[in-house]
Amino acid sequence: MAHVTVRFFARYAELMGRDTMSIPVSDSTTVADVLEQVRDTLPAARDLPARPLAAVNLRQVKLDARVRDGDEVALLPPLAGG
Amino acid sequence: MMSYLSRDPLFIASLLAEVQGPERGGTCVFLGTVRSDEDVTGIEYSAYDDMAAAEIGRILAETQARWTDARVTLQHRLGLVPAGEASIAIAAAAPHRDEAFAACRYVIEEVKKRLPIWKKELYADGTTRWVDPSGQQVAGGARDR
Repeated sequence: MAHVTVRFFARYAELMGRDTMSIPVSDSTTVADVLEQVRDTLPAARDLPARPLAAVNLRQVKLDARVRDGDEVALLPPLAGG
Repeated sequence: MMSYLSRDPLFIASLLAEVQGPERGGTCVFLGTVRSDEDVTGIEYSAYDDMAAAEIGRILAETQARWTDARVTLQHRLGLVPAGEASIAIAAAAPHRDEAFAACRYVIEEVKKRLPIWKKELYADGTTRWVDPSGQQVAGGARDR
């Protein structure tokens, strides 16, 4: 079955109590759909912002971006580099 | 070439060696240093390492494309950085100072906007707090013991 790996970082990893999970996807799945499945699976994910920053395969994307089998989807807390 | 991310104190001479040359008369170095505001003793930096390295590569490539005679590089520190020590160092060299300053400024501004790096401030009283530059409240964002 097609799936993506979802990664959580920093504050979000603390909130979720984990830093990775696997989510099944179909041809038309978007990052927003993946996020919804994360919310359905992990009660703590309700504390994520409505529209968190996201990346697919190391590039920041909008939530309507499509995902494919094997993609790495990352949910990013507000960036604080520098 | 050195790695863009380092868990050790930053060594400016290595960055300079990558950008300086006899045809580049102006060199600009920017250091971002952990401040001791509000009894901050240090900041724990964490990153999405693979994306941060890729994004730094993209930022430097853009800078190079825009200031073609300049050479730029940077290193960002991860892990615990005590107050007073640098968390980021950028070196930019160009034939003349205007391009060196401009390229250096471009890199730090893009770093602030784009790098998937996060800061947890550590306070003298043992508490910690995630830094949110967007100013929005992060769930549980108050100081945690």
